[in-house]
Amino acid sequence: MNEGVVIAGKVIIFIGVIFDLLGCIGLVRLPDVYNRLQAATKCVTLGTCFILFGTFLAAGFLVKSLLAILFVIMSSPTAAHAIAHAAHRSRIKLWEKSVVDKYEEEKEKV
Amino acid sequence: MILGIPAILAAPLIASCFLCLYRVLRGPTSADRIVAVDILGILVVGFCALFVIYTPRTYFMDIAIAWALLGFLGALTLAKYLEGKGLDE
Amino acid sequence: MKKVVLFIVSFLCWLILTWTSYIPSILVGIGISLFIAFWFADLFIQHPKNFFQIRRFLYLLLYIPIFIFYCIVANLDVAYRVLHPKLPIRPGIVKVKTTLSTLTGRVALANSITLTPGTLTVELTEDGYLYVHWINVKTVDVEEATRKIVRRFESILKEVFG
Repeated sequence: MNEGVVIAGKVIIFIGVIFDLLGCIGLVRLPDVYNRLQAATKCVTLGTCFILFGTFLAAGFLVKSLLAILFVIMSSPTAAHAIAHAAHRSRIKLWEKSVVDKYEEEKEKV
Repeated sequence: MILGIPAILAAPLIASCFLCLYRVLRGPTSADRIVAVDILGILVVGFCALFVIYTPRTYFMDIAIAWALLGFLGALTLAKYLEGKGLDE
Repeated sequence: MKKVVLFIVSFLCWLILTWTSYIPSILVGIGISLFIAFWFADLFIQHPKNFFQIRRFLYLLLYIPIFIFYCIVANLDVAYRVLHPKLPIRPGIVKVKTTLSTLTGRVALANSITLTPGTLTVELTEDGYLYVHWINVKTVDVEEATRKIVRRFESILKEVFG
């Protein structure tokens, strides 16, 4: 029983590590800062949450790691939002093949 | 085994860190660099979690929690700096 | 009221962090939580009465599996776009409207949007509009985009934070 939980935790950790790697490949491959922020934030946040949850299972129900999951999942999207906002405010352009930018059109009103 | 962690888990994470560092070095704008540093911080949290399992040092979980919060504060500060505002706004 | 809420939250954090039944440690935790609650309650807590309604916690429990499901879908989506050799992306910033009124609810909505498929919140205005960076723009119309992005969370978040 206990052995099975530990193995399940290690499998979850492996899935999380793969998601981390995919997120960082996205960080290198995608064309502009907003797309990079999307891929990197989503994949690395979920990947790290998987690693922490696997730690929770494999280290004998360590409740601290659930607290760490809570902090990561609350703080990382907020940081992404702050960086995206600041990048747009400091006039970093979108990728040239972007379809639409409503924010640029209406920024004066905001 | 890398630092006591099985290579199948450690190698993808180290590769991710190097991809982040590539983006820090090459990033055309400063926003790209800030994103990469923020992501690197979250990857370090994952590394700390792995240390908890594969080495007897369970205090690394506290380091992970502190690192998550401080990395968040650092990202906010860098974003404010990029925006050109004061830190108290 | 605000101070009681912040005291409970910070004391729970202390208990999880220390994870011991050693009495002096718990006493120190009570002291520090009282200090924090006394000084910072007005800063953090806006609607203290909402905290004591059990219904909201039940809806929060219902929200978590939905959120995890969309998170995993988002990750598979990103993995597909990143590994595809031609990078099938069509990015742009669209505008959506939310009817959530409390600040906490809007922040939770913005964070949920950031972690779910293909979207990233860029700006949150005071009159309830969100500017969302969408990696695969399907429509530029405000109503249509609202239906596609916001609707799947808004009804349940209104029950939790509303």
